[in-house]
Amino acid sequence: MNAIFKDDAAGRKVQVKWWSSRVAIYGALILWALICLFPIYWTLTTSFKLAPDVMRGNMIPFVDYTPKWKGWESLGLSPRLIGEVSTVREEFLKRFWNSAVVAISASTLAVMLGSLAAYGLSRFNYRFGFMRNSDISFFFLSQMILPPVVLALPFLVLYKSLDLLDSRIGLILLYTLMVLPIVIWIMRDQFQGIPVELEEAALVDGLGIWGAFLQIVLPIALPGMVAAFILSLVLCWNEYFFAALLTSTDAKTLPVMVASQTGSQGINWWSMAALSSAAILPLVIVAIFLEKYIIKGMAAGAVK
Amino acid sequence: MNTEGDLLHTVTADDIPESRKLTGRAMVWVTASFFLGLVSIQFAHESGWTEAGFENWRPVLLAYLLWATALCAAQVIVNGEKGKRTLFVLPAALFVISLVVFPLLFALYISFTDWNLASLDGAQPNGWDNMRQMWRDAFYWNALKNMAYYVAAVSVEYVIAFGLALLLNAQIRARKFFRVVFLLPLMLSPVAVSWMVGKSMLEVRFGPVSRLVREMGFEPSFFGTPEMARFMIMAMDAWTFIPFMMIMLLAGLQALPREVIEASKVDGASGWQSFKEVIFPLMLPVSVTAIVIRIIFKLKLADIIINVTSGGPGGATDSVTSFIFREYRDRSNVGYGTLLAMVYLVLIIIFITALLKLVSRWMERPA
Repeated sequence: MNAIFKDDAAGRKVQVKWWSSRVAIYGALILWALICLFPIYWTLTTSFKLAPDVMRGNMIPFVDYTPKWKGWESLGLSPRLIGEVSTVREEFLKRFWNSAVVAISASTLAVMLGSLAAYGLSRFNYRFGFMRNSDISFFFLSQMILPPVVLALPFLVLYKSLDLLDSRIGLILLYTLMVLPIVIWIMRDQFQGIPVELEEAALVDGLGIWGAFLQIVLPIALPGMVAAFILSLVLCWNEYFFAALLTSTDAKTLPVMVASQTGSQGINWWSMAALSSAAILPLVIVAIFLEKYIIKGMAAGAVK
Repeated sequence: MNTEGDLLHTVTADDIPESRKLTGRAMVWVTASFFLGLVSIQFAHESGWTEAGFENWRPVLLAYLLWATALCAAQVIVNGEKGKRTLFVLPAALFVISLVVFPLLFALYISFTDWNLASLDGAQPNGWDNMRQMWRDAFYWNALKNMAYYVAAVSVEYVIAFGLALLLNAQIRARKFFRVVFLLPLMLSPVAVSWMVGKSMLEVRFGPVSRLVREMGFEPSFFGTPEMARFMIMAMDAWTFIPFMMIMLLAGLQALPREVIEASKVDGASGWQSFKEVIFPLMLPVSVTAIVIRIIFKLKLADIIINVTSGGPGGATDSVTSFIFREYRDRSNVGYGTLLAMVYLVLIIIFITALLKLVSRWMERPA
């Protein structure tokens, strides 16, 4: 189109307009990308700084300052210390392991329970007392508005009498409860998108309803399940409120460890930066490689 | 969705013998009475009536799990094919009911007691005292007022998120790169964010933002005045959650029918006109979903506040959750804190129900 009227006044006007809109769009995109990336960049670089570098406000490694492993040494995770026995590293790895176990088990449990319920609700009619399908769906989804603070105290007392306080099982149960409505929300949408004829064919061929579900529907719904799983994983990994109230020594998770360090006076910038980086790194990696699934999961409920 | 009849029809000849039905029912009743028996033994033990009993309530929990399993199994044994259908929903329903309904009832009880974890007497019912104390508690009302500010901030987040979604939906290069980068803040834990941004970047002496502000000729003070501190908390929370709304809106934009937008272009609408008259109205349902869900998340806001300001200065940044958290943590005031939480729950339910009603009425109105 540009080739036809390039030289006259009208053509130039069009070109100017096109270029200015390009500049505006890319300018805004780059500005927001900087806003998103700078805190992460700052944390990662600070973990390699020494006190004078922090005070002088040096920003760019190798140009402004020489990176040092001091921050990571305080976690026992530097090249020099990696071969030696280190109590701080053990402490850190224990918290990391707790977070990983709790987040992965809770997400798995939630995806299992949630998928079953969502499939049932999208295929069959139920009548439990006065509750019909829509009421049951609403019951599940309404758990989303339940603020954690309401459950925190009853669970504190309940877990104390069940001897589940400061245990990973206790946290797993609570986190499953927390993400279950979201999983059901995503999976219901997934199953409604799968044509019923597929299962009807399977039933004709002699499978039961559970057989049809496990062999025909689940493989098709797998991407949706992965999306729900990752979204739950993110929420559970980052959860702080319940973990802070219900754990003390054994089952303490990574966010609680990070928070307990910030509270102390005179923060060691480099070690805090290293700890924060280590806490966010797994999910940053997940975001980079599995971005497709995260977006799919969040988009599931939005568009009907 | 259709509501009449199953979507997936199954016709099976279910003639289950009486004896099988009886076995199923017996399983449920035996395990239930076993569970209740353990409950009463343990209760008697806790009250000091009998010596026999367990160290803690965990055996009771196991008995409960046994009963739940028996109930699920009995569905298939007693009802056959119909039971297999029930089995899809039953585990999740049992899970939610036992973990929500019972604790909520228990919370209702403790919210009318004077229980303080530091006192040795345990819980003593004290009638409406907590309610009266709440009525006079200026800090609680202040926290509720702050929640109103925080919820109002969602509107600004919505505008930014919509703008970003439009940008990502435009014809740009490196779309995937920008999408991943824009998504990153959502992945970060609020606790890490409160250190990374709140405590390090906004640090008054050495933080990079403070340096920038000083370069521009102002004296940095981010958590000094109430308004400024509240704004910083809002900004940090917005930073982590804008990607969430952005992705939902982006999904909505990508699902828009292309023909309608092209038709508006053919009719000579300018960019702004086609946005105002076509895209925005079509995006209303998605926008409403995104905003409602964002508000629900916003009402749980606590982590950043607890870790950055602990509610200060003078309660200016307190959310209800962070306020109650400190009531538990610092004063062990269990009974009173739980009452505050229950009142908050009631307020939330009223607010969300009204919001949904309002939205559905407004959406039905022809634009």
